[in-house]
Amino acid sequence: MPDKTILSAKDLDFFYGPAQALRHITANIPANQVTAFIGPSGCGKSTFLRTINRMNDLIPIARVTGSLTFHGRDIYAPGVDVTALRRQIGMVFQKPNPFPMSVYDNVAYGPRTHGTCDRAKLDAIVEDSLRAAAIWDEVKDRLKKSALSLSGGQQQRVCIARALAVRPEVLLMDEATSALDPISTAKIEDLILELRERFTIIMVTHNMQQAARISDKTAFFLMGELIEYTATERLFSMPRDKRTEDYITGRFG
Amino acid sequence: MTKRKPAEVSMQILFLLCGLVAVAFVLLITAYLIAAGLPAIRQVGLASFLFGRTWDSTNETDPRFGILPLILTSVYGAAGAIVVGVPIGLLTAIFLAKAAPPRLAGLLRPAVSLLAGIPSVVYGLVGMCVLVPALRAWLNLPAGDSLLAAILVLAVMILPSVIDLSAAALEAVPKEYEEASLALGATEPETWFRVSVPAAKSGIAAAVALGIGRAIGEAMAILMVAGNVANMPSLLRSVRFLTTGIAIEMNYAAPGSLQRQALFSIGLVLFLFIMLINILLSLTVKRGKEV
Ligand SMILES: Nc1ncnc2c1ncn2[C@@H]1O[C@H](COP(=O)(O)OP(=O)(O)OP(=O)(O)O)[C@@H](O)[C@H]1O
Ligand SMILES: [Mg+2]
Repeated sequence: MPDKTILSAKDLDFFYGPAQALRHITANIPANQVTAFIGPSGCGKSTFLRTINRMNDLIPIARVTGSLTFHGRDIYAPGVDVTALRRQIGMVFQKPNPFPMSVYDNVAYGPRTHGTCDRAKLDAIVEDSLRAAAIWDEVKDRLKKSALSLSGGQQQRVCIARALAVRPEVLLMDEATSALDPISTAKIEDLILELRERFTIIMVTHNMQQAARISDKTAFFLMGELIEYTATERLFSMPRDKRTEDYITGRFG
Repeated sequence: MTKRKPAEVSMQILFLLCGLVAVAFVLLITAYLIAAGLPAIRQVGLASFLFGRTWDSTNETDPRFGILPLILTSVYGAAGAIVVGVPIGLLTAIFLAKAAPPRLAGLLRPAVSLLAGIPSVVYGLVGMCVLVPALRAWLNLPAGDSLLAAILVLAVMILPSVIDLSAAALEAVPKEYEEASLALGATEPETWFRVSVPAAKSGIAAAVALGIGRAIGEAMAILMVAGNVANMPSLLRSVRFLTTGIAIEMNYAAPGSLQRQALFSIGLVLFLFIMLINILLSLTVKRGKEV
């Protein structure tokens, strides 16, 4: 079965002011698969992730050239509705960042902002999203409690539920488990494998076992360049590039 | 256990003394206000003092000491100032903390802080020379001195501190909250109103509390624009506040007279008022923090 490409970068360059953070990135990201970005700190993984939902627009000195398309349409074309784009491409951050509101209000935030106010509909969305994020059973009796009273792992799954509540197609996860304990991490990894059926997931991770365990494809970045990008199994068993090999075998800074 | 150095101990004692002096002053003022304020209340009767609708302290045959008009004027005045000043202040704070280009905000923030330092008599002067004649002309009044003029002056006076404190509270909202909201497809204004403002609500409540305190306690500026007749409050009529009630008559009230004692009673009422507001607000702020 040929992979259906959902996101496609071609000769993508990215600059923070004069400093170039991404160089000639060319890659097709398949739909309904898990793609992992790995690479040493500062190599541009987060930068690439945040160009996909245009979160880098918030940085005044940021500049993008080249093309990045979502379903064949250029994300950076003039006139693109950035809020609509971000609804389709959700994001989960490294540090769990629930709003200082109740669990319910956190998950309902997106739909409410986008105009759903019908109580029954919201209830259904909140429950669906929390179930999809594998956190429903733990919070169903405390939906009205502050999300900040949950554990870090629970908070992160509430954040995932919050992202799912706006029904995105793509979920970007930037080291979403790096602040969590092993058990919470395992739960979220299981969750990612389940979510793959319905979403396209792109995750940044420093944990190579994690990339190997749950991703279908892996991309290795080094100093702003995409060094190698292929099926995860292949990348870890027989890397083509010497630098990839050095990195995955730990012979690298 | 190590022995504490003498220098450390003497510093401790110094701090303790300073604290005690400050507390002692507050207690002293409280005690004095109560002692000075009670006699007139006892003589006039608590109910007819608080709820009497006529204040006519200089009438030689039948003086009246009802401060209801003063109480209501102070309440309406402060409420009006909040209703007018807080929305404007909050929107300005959102603009300064979130929307304005950093360089513009860098210019405006100190300017706003500067406004907070202008003496209230200056606000009164501008109100008297500009606002009052303007109101008289626009609304076709016999005189522009009115509750409305006082409310507008108070609103302007509380603006700087409302803006300053709210903007600081908004700036302290963790960026992560706003990023999360934007990443969900919310626009920036949606993010400010639905995430940043709720997250900053205890700081904003403190700003409002400070505004109320200032509005209730202000005397000089409103003395110059309110007309100072002890009418029951009405927006376009001349009114007298608790504070201005004291300020106007204190000069010529004979020592030991009932009039003078009644002025102290007004002071006591004002004091209790401000205490009550502070307690209520600190309770709401605390509750807000727990959510
Ligand atoms: N806001 C910014 N302004 C200027 N330079 C930045 C900014 N954010 C990142 N950079 C730079 O861009 C480069 C890539 O950063 P990026 O955050 O994408 O790395 P990363 O691969 O995600 O690293 P890590 O694994 O540590 O998260 C780094 O050299 C970094 O210093
Ligand atoms: Mg990163």
